[in-house]
Amino acid sequence: MLSFVLIILVSFVFTGIVIRTKSLASGRKGPGVFQPMKDILRLFKKGAVYSETTSIIFQIAPSIYFASIIMAILVLPFGHYKGIISFSYDFVFFAYVLAMGKFFNIISALDTGSSFEGMGASREALFSMLAEPAFFILMGSLALLTGHTSFQEIFMTFHFGSYTSYAIGTLATFVLIIICMIENSRMPIDDPKTHLELTMMHEVMILDNSGFDLGLILHGTNMKFALYGALIANLFMGNLPLYYSIPLFIFIQSLFAVVVGLLESFSARFRMSHNAQFILVLSSVSLLVFFSVLMVMGKFN
Amino acid sequence: MNYIEVNNNQRISVFSIPVLEYDIFADVIANFLTKDIKYHCVNYFGFPEKGNVKLICCIADDSKHSINVLSSIVNSNDKLQSITTKHFALHIFEREIHENFGIDFIGHPWQKPVRYPFNRADKNNIIANYPFYKIESEELHEVGVGPIHAGVIEPGHFRFICNGEQILHLEIQLGYQHRGIEQLFLEKKNLLQRTTLAENIAGDTVVGHTVAFAQAWESLCDFKPSEALQFERVLALEHERIAIHTGDLSAICTDIAYQLGSSVFGRLRTPIINYFQQWCGNRLAKSLIRAGKTNFPFSEQLAEKWFEVINAYKPDFKEMSSEIFDMPSVLARLEKTGTVSTETATSIGTVGMTARASNLNRDIRFSHPAGFYQKLNYQPILGKTGDVHARAKLRMGEINASIELITKMLDKFPKHDIKENVMESPLADSFVVSLVEGWRGEICHCAITDENGELKMYKIKDPSLHNWLALALSVRNNEISDFPICNKSFNLSYCGNDL
Repeated sequence: MLSFVLIILVSFVFTGIVIRTKSLASGRKGPGVFQPMKDILRLFKKGAVYSETTSIIFQIAPSIYFASIIMAILVLPFGHYKGIISFSYDFVFFAYVLAMGKFFNIISALDTGSSFEGMGASREALFSMLAEPAFFILMGSLALLTGHTSFQEIFMTFHFGSYTSYAIGTLATFVLIIICMIENSRMPIDDPKTHLELTMMHEVMILDNSGFDLGLILHGTNMKFALYGALIANLFMGNLPLYYSIPLFIFIQSLFAVVVGLLESFSARFRMSHNAQFILVLSSVSLLVFFSVLMVMGKFN
Repeated sequence: MNYIEVNNNQRISVFSIPVLEYDIFADVIANFLTKDIKYHCVNYFGFPEKGNVKLICCIADDSKHSINVLSSIVNSNDKLQSITTKHFALHIFEREIHENFGIDFIGHPWQKPVRYPFNRADKNNIIANYPFYKIESEELHEVGVGPIHAGVIEPGHFRFICNGEQILHLEIQLGYQHRGIEQLFLEKKNLLQRTTLAENIAGDTVVGHTVAFAQAWESLCDFKPSEALQFERVLALEHERIAIHTGDLSAICTDIAYQLGSSVFGRLRTPIINYFQQWCGNRLAKSLIRAGKTNFPFSEQLAEKWFEVINAYKPDFKEMSSEIFDMPSVLARLEKTGTVSTETATSIGTVGMTARASNLNRDIRFSHPAGFYQKLNYQPILGKTGDVHARAKLRMGEINASIELITKMLDKFPKHDIKENVMESPLADSFVVSLVEGWRGEICHCAITDENGELKMYKIKDPSLHNWLALALSVRNNEISDFPICNKSFNLSYCGNDL
C-alpha cells in the first residue's frame, strides 16, 4: 500500500523535475514542477475526438494502457513491505502486464490507419522487444543470487555486504535506468520534444489521441517513470526502517529525474539504426550481472 | 555571334540579344553547359511576345565574370527538342516553361508541374489530381507528409516511398504558396509597391531579394548608386547571412535533439536580428533597402553598436560551435547523412551554400561581384563531403567569414557626404540581369522594359528552385527518420520556389 501511494505521489512531479532540469541546463528558467500535471488535469476536463476510421480498439486502448501501469505498480514492494499484490514470479507478471498495455497502444496506433502511426508502432515494438531480455536476465540473476522469486523477497534479501553486491547494484541501476528510457521513449532512443512525425516513436503513436485519452497516456508515462524509479530505489532500501527509507525513496526518485533531465540535455538523439545496437548492449550488461552472480555463488569451478 | 556577353547589372538594349532558331539556341546552350563546369544556367524563361513565346537564357561564365544571354522565339504549340537530355540542370526551367505556355519538350524525362501558377497553360492541372510517382510493390510503403508542416513553417508536400525505414524515393510537390509575385510586379506601377513585393518574395531573404531588385531597377534607370549605398547593401547581406545561418544551426541541433546547441544558437541569433531593428526598425530588415536611396543611412553609432553585438556574440558562438563539431553523438547524426556528391551537385545545377558544401564553387560574390563586393575580393569557403555535417560546418565557416568581412569593411567605410543622383524612370526596351549571393545562394532577377519604359517582364529566381532536387536526391537510401535534419540542413524556401 505504501509503495502504491508513494509512487502515485512521485508521479505527479516526476516529469516536472525532468523538464525543470532540462530548462536550467540550457540556461532558461523553465516552468514549475507541477506544470505537466496541470496540463494533464486540463486534458482530463476535455472530451475526446475519435476519427471515423478508428474502431473500438482505439477508444479502449488508452484506458487499458493506464490500467496496465496501475496493475504493475500494485506488485511493487516498498523495502520489506509487500506490495498490494505479491506472489512468486511476480516480476514476470510485472513485465508482461506492462507489455500488454504497450500491445494495446500499438494496435490502437495501427487502428488509425495513418502511415506515421504505423511507423511509430513498428519502432516501439522493435525496441521494447529488444529491451525485454535485459530485464529478465537482470531479474533472473537477482532471483538466483537471493534464492527468492518475488519482488519483495528479492529486494529484502538483497544486501550490500560485499564489493560484488555494490558492483551488481550499480550495474542493475544502470540497466533499469536505460530500460526506463526505452520504455518511456525518451532520449537517447527517442526525442519526446520533437515536432517532426518522421523521427518520433512514442509521440507519433498518440497523434490521434485527444482530450481525456491523451491525458491518460501522458500520465501513464509519468507513472511509468515513477515505477522504474521505485524499482531502483528498492535496490537500495532493503530492511531500512521507514523514517530512513521514505526520505531515501524520495531522494532516489528526484535524483533519477535529474539524471534523466541531464541525459536529455547534453547529447543528441541516436540515429534510429543505432538504437537496436545500443539496446542489445544493455542485454550484455545484464549478462555481466548474471556472470557476477554466478561467480558470487561459486558456480564456476 | 550567337549570344551577347553582359556583366552583372549591366543594362543592354533588348534588341541586342541575338534571336536564334530554336535548334541553334538549344545547341549553343548545351555546348556551353557540357563544355566546362564554369558555365551554369542562372535563368531560362519565356514570356509572351506578339502571340509567340520568347525564350531567354542567361548562362553565367564564372571565370570571365560575365553572363551570356541568348534568345529564341517559338510558338506555344511547338514541340521542341528538350535540352535537359544533354544537361540535366535545365530540367526545372523547361518544366516551368511547359507549365506556363504549354510548350512540349520532347525527351524531357518528366514535365512535372513546378508551382501551379494562376495563369498556367492547362487550368485542368491542379494539385488535387496530380499523379504522384508510384512503385508497385508489396514490400514498399508510401508516407505522405504535408502540405501542413509539422513545425507549421511553410506548406509543401513530401511523398516518400520507403522500404521499411529506408527511403527509396522522395517526391516533393510545391506550389501551395503561389501568390503570383511576378505578375504583381507588372501590375503594381509604384516603385514602393514593387520594392515591398521584392521584400516579400521570401521572408528569410529580405535583404537578398531586395538588393537584387534594387540593383536591377537602378540599372534599368541608368542610375549609379553612391559608394555608401553599395556598402550598406553588402553590410546588410552579410549580416543577414550571419543571422540566418545561426538560426539554422540552432534548428539543426533541435532536429537531432541536442538541446544545449539548440537553445544557445537560438539565443545568439536574437541579438543579431535585433540589430536590424535598431538600424531600420524591422528585425527582418524590411524597409532597409530602397532603389536609388536609403531611408536609414549607416552611421558611426551603428558601427559601434555592431561591434558591441558581435563582440558579445563571438566568444559564445566559438565555444558552442567547437562543442557541437567535437561531440560524438552529434557527429554520429550529421556525418554521412544526406550526401550530395560533387557530380550530382554539378549535374542538377545546385547553387549557393548547397553547392559549396559539395565542393562545387558557386558563389556570386566571387564569380560575379557587383557593387561593393568588387573591392572585397571574397574567397568562397568550400566543403568536401556534401553531407549534413559539411553543410552545418560551412554555415559555421561562413558566419566567421562574414564577421571578418564586415569587420574589415567597417575599418574605413564610405559616408553619405555627397547627395545621391536623382533616379529617372526606367529606359525603354532594356534588359538587365541582376545576380546577388543571398545567404542561401544565387538570387537572379531579370527585368525587361517595353517601348514606354514600363516593365514588360520581371523574372525572379530563388536558389531554392535549383536546390529542391538536391534535397530529394540526398535522402535516398537514408533513414526516413533522418529526413528532417537533411531538410533543415538545406533550409530551402517554399515561397521562393512558389513565387
